[in-house]
Amino acid sequence: MKFTTTINGLSREIDCDAGMNLYDLLRELGLKGVKQGCDNEGTCGACTVLVDGVPTLSCITPAPKIAGHEVTTIEALGSPDKPHLIQSEFVKATAIQCGFCSPGMILSAKALLDKNTNPTHEQIAEALSGNLCRCTGYVKIFDAVKNAAAALRKEASNGK
Amino acid sequence: MANDKLDALDAKYARDFKVIGHSVQKIDAMGMACGLEEYVADHDLTGALVGYIVPSPHAHARIVKIDATRARAVKGVHAVLTYKDVPRHLHTTAGQGYVEPSPYDTAILDSKMRLVGDHVALIAADTREIAEEAGRVLLEDIEWEVLTPVLDADHAMDPGASVIHDEPDAYIPIPVPYEPQKNMASAASMGVGDMDAVLKTSHLAIDETYSTHYAQHCPIETHVCLGSIDGRDRLKLITSTQVPYHARRITAQALGIPVKRIRVNKPRIGGGFGTKQEVLLEPLVGALVLATRRKILMRLSRAEEFVSRVRHPIKTRMQAGFNADGTVNGMRMEVLSNTGAYGSHALTVMCNCGSKVLPLYRMKTVAFDAKAVYTNLPVGGAYRGYGATQSAFAMEVMMDEVAEKLGIDPLELRRRNHIQPGEGSPVFAALGEGKPGVEQKIGSCGLSDCLTLGAEAIGWEEKRGKIRGTGPKKRGIGMCALMQGSSIPEIDMASVSIKMNDDGSFVLAAGATDLGTGSDTVLAQAAAEILGVEVTDIIVHSSDTDLTPFDVGAYASSTTYLSGEASRRTAIEVAKQIREVAADMFHEEKGMDPRPDPDTLVLKDKQVFAPNGESVTLNAIGLRSLYERDQHQIGHIGSAISHKSPPPFSAHFAEVEVDEETGKVRIVKYVTTMDCGTALNPKLAEGQVEGAVVNGLSFALTEEYLFNEKGRMQNANFADYKIFNTDDMPEMVTIMVPTYEETGPFGGKSVSEIGINGPIPAIANAIYDAVGVRIHHAPFTPEKVLKAIQEKKAREAKK
Repeated sequence: MKFTTTINGLSREIDCDAGMNLYDLLRELGLKGVKQGCDNEGTCGACTVLVDGVPTLSCITPAPKIAGHEVTTIEALGSPDKPHLIQSEFVKATAIQCGFCSPGMILSAKALLDKNTNPTHEQIAEALSGNLCRCTGYVKIFDAVKNAAAALRKEASNGK
Repeated sequence: MANDKLDALDAKYARDFKVIGHSVQKIDAMGMACGLEEYVADHDLTGALVGYIVPSPHAHARIVKIDATRARAVKGVHAVLTYKDVPRHLHTTAGQGYVEPSPYDTAILDSKMRLVGDHVALIAADTREIAEEAGRVLLEDIEWEVLTPVLDADHAMDPGASVIHDEPDAYIPIPVPYEPQKNMASAASMGVGDMDAVLKTSHLAIDETYSTHYAQHCPIETHVCLGSIDGRDRLKLITSTQVPYHARRITAQALGIPVKRIRVNKPRIGGGFGTKQEVLLEPLVGALVLATRRKILMRLSRAEEFVSRVRHPIKTRMQAGFNADGTVNGMRMEVLSNTGAYGSHALTVMCNCGSKVLPLYRMKTVAFDAKAVYTNLPVGGAYRGYGATQSAFAMEVMMDEVAEKLGIDPLELRRRNHIQPGEGSPVFAALGEGKPGVEQKIGSCGLSDCLTLGAEAIGWEEKRGKIRGTGPKKRGIGMCALMQGSSIPEIDMASVSIKMNDDGSFVLAAGATDLGTGSDTVLAQAAAEILGVEVTDIIVHSSDTDLTPFDVGAYASSTTYLSGEASRRTAIEVAKQIREVAADMFHEEKGMDPRPDPDTLVLKDKQVFAPNGESVTLNAIGLRSLYERDQHQIGHIGSAISHKSPPPFSAHFAEVEVDEETGKVRIVKYVTTMDCGTALNPKLAEGQVEGAVVNGLSFALTEEYLFNEKGRMQNANFADYKIFNTDDMPEMVTIMVPTYEETGPFGGKSVSEIGINGPIPAIANAIYDAVGVRIHHAPFTPEKVLKAIQEKKAREAKK
């Protein structure tokens, strides 16, 4: 099946099986920041990517569904020399242990903070509830998202 | 949190460290945040086949006839291996030191199945779907003798029970009891003093039984191994392991090939928590690689992961005698552990029930009796807490019950009995890992301060024993005290190599396995502190059995204490070599006459300083030593073994809200106070505590295995096996209580495991405070709590 989509800002022509899921497609394209922790059930959140800015479980999303849409994976958010502010805050807060859930977690946090730079504790909990982490106990992940929100608010007020 | 007592403790134990004690950024965190760090499945998979284990449909059955012809003919299948196609070298999958204290009861493949999901055959195919299809075909072509399964640990040793390990060649390679014909995988006991007399004569005698349940570690990355063979006929395994060296040794043993033919590489690991202390996939992948000469990727599905290795369910009976003032006269702990279908870690987990819990309280008379039994259920393994989690529940709820009976505050009861610096325990010397233990006296113990600070943070005085809450929702608080160990004394060994580069930076290679814990960073901190550089000047590699020096691996709470010490010692030797070169440079290049005594030189700020204040840079020393004069590689491999296992101590406090109408328990607030000696990296140490605690909360309340009557797990997925997410989180407070452990690197001891032991007892005690019911069998599900509440009401109505 052939279709056109945008992945990490680049327009791409995709030719894949109609039954392929988005997770497998992204891995095939070399985007290995997307991870798998369940059996294509959408229950762990490690495969989260953004489709038009909305957190999407790539392991249960048919690849052809992204035709005409924009996909963002962790690789496009930032790089070690130029990290996104949320990535920096996750690192600073020690919100990353094994790192396997981090790409999905950070993308879910980005989707939240894109809409709301002043989220309550409960709003953060809800936005990240689909991303399982077994290492950190979530405490420092909450810290990271709150710090990132504060930094984004500061950036916005400086920009004015 | 602002606290005068804590500030005073911080000041008391403050040392002038430049790198240690600072929350240095975890060296691999930014790469992880950007999705760039490589885990096993992120390696080049070009041409790789998928490795698959055909799962047994039966909990207990023998293969009478197997014909793989049709399975092998499935298009896209490259190999189907049955027990007839692989060598039979019995081994244990427990990734422990040589010789392992676990029975050799496992073959790569066997003709007998001992649990649902046991290994019928191995398949290499182009895709997982093809492999599964070939597996279905193979299962159609097997004639089975289906045997009665043993599904109840309590009756596993009954006369007439099916014998699970009736193969004649299974044995345990150390001199300890092993009677597979009775389904007994292990037994151990010790005793000091007359326990029967204690129970007869004590002011208060207690006899209660408690149990903990099945649980899985649930690392988000399941077990995964990528194997290949190179032009020199060597097997390379890139694998998600906590124990690269044990994986190499045990894989060699299982396949019957020399250790030198195997290279094990551990890349980034997506969590382990003990389950990756198991050499589970490496021999299987090795067998498929040798059969096909192809690259093989084997990754367990989540459903397979649930029945790979689990926490041993354990029943603990506590008998104890107390004086009227609350002091302990003596205790007997009786343990029945269900090791499942294989005896991995059976002996050692069960011994840890005693050795990591009984010494917490001072007692002259003590007895320990333990058995581990085989059943046709999932296989126990190493899981964070390692036995202490199971028996701390028994000990700490019993202490709460005793406190109530004696009318003593539970905190005060702990204060009157807990071990203090300078004291030993008869248990330390008596209980080891398949042999007697090692006597030790406690060096550092901050438990008294942990109790005080935790009580303050939860509001113990104001809240305990008070009826609180509105309507059916009642609040209560509970606490517990804990200890663990740091490494296995006189057994564990770690080593680290450090070499200097021409720019004054260093390459540190360690066999220690960072599985997300941050140990690479902590090892670098230890070296940087000694070498007078920053962590960013240390390039860390862990672990590759060809290139990094030996380490037993990440288990037994040993990495900071032992591998950290190896890093410190190695750096001291390297610093000595650097001072020699610097002394020559001061003499020859700076005109210092006579040549300064190297011992007077100080490494600081990437330079070496002479007493007169003159300095040479590490950069200049690196260039001189490699290119200019008396050229040699500055570097050293240093080792450390442990002679003690200093316990970290901790006190946990839970506030819960119990709904009397539904039985639902909500954690309102959870306070952990932690004495791990010096926290080498405080934020990473806190992260270990928080992660362990939340895993424990989840274990206490929501994690539960559901089996059908044939022994098949019914909820092997994250929708039906519920682990905590962000929505389940209570208010969390973590207080690091400083002490200084003289035997540890920079005063440090362990931190990673102990935290998981607290939630079950602390919550059980809080539930009692809230609604007056004692629950001795975890987990505390709404059904169970509601039933207990209703039974209590029925009892009260009768009166």
